[in-house]
Amino acid sequence: MSMKTSNRQVDGVTIVDCSGRITLGEGSVILRDSVRDLLAKGNKKILLNLGDVNYIDSSGIGELVSAYTTVKNQGGELKLLNLTKKVHDLLQITKLYTVFDVKDDEAAAVKSFSQ
Amino acid sequence: MSAHRVSYTLDSTLDTVNSAEEVASQIATEAGFGDEEVIKIAMAVREAAVNAVLHGNAYDPGKKVTVDFERTAQALVITIRDQGKGLDLAKVPDPLAPENLLKTSGRGIFLIRSFMDEVEINPSTTGTEIKLIKHVHGTTTDGKEASQ
Repeated sequence: MSMKTSNRQVDGVTIVDCSGRITLGEGSVILRDSVRDLLAKGNKKILLNLGDVNYIDSSGIGELVSAYTTVKNQGGELKLLNLTKKVHDLLQITKLYTVFDVKDDEAAAVKSFSQ
Repeated sequence: MSAHRVSYTLDSTLDTVNSAEEVASQIATEAGFGDEEVIKIAMAVREAAVNAVLHGNAYDPGKKVTVDFERTAQALVITIRDQGKGLDLAKVPDPLAPENLLKTSGRGIFLIRSFMDEVEINPSTTGTEIKLIKHVHGTTTDGKEASQ
């Protein structure tokens, strides 16, 4: 299953609902383009909902890191929501779980963004 | 049980990465590994194939990637070879080092080592060979009971 994204706005936060695989090639490119488009439109509070992402490879991990640093460097915030066990375990073993701000409740996650 | 061996010679493309992963998943399942182990084996093969296609052969259409699967009673052994310049292991960074945590690449070999029981990397000037070994539960590659 290829990667798909759709965006929602909740209280000034853009929630990007992702589904499928974030892997080398199309999946990573779709995520990259999605984040770039949001930044270009001035949306700098981004919550990536990974609840339906069932697979990420090392390129996908790299793309998440890239998205995080790109948003941060532009004065924004990028957080992760609803990690599946597979993605959670990958972020644990790569020590990235402590780098990302990971949430499991959407409403609380939205409120956690700076006003 | 006798060894079963199957070999594939593939182009240096993204399709090869996906194919290698799918075949690894299928063979690991047939070999009797559980779902979690199958995912780890397939992911390790995917990462090794990515290295071969991207970093080894650099998408060169004139260079091939070979993937061998060997199934014995003791283990599943997967060997992936490219025709690149040979991986310089000294240049592979530790992705867990604080200064590398936010790098966008360099985690493939780390993940491979995390997911497989044994990993051998043999670079040469004519390419890199990486051997991935997953033991059948309770045995080592020489057939002895593994210590817990």
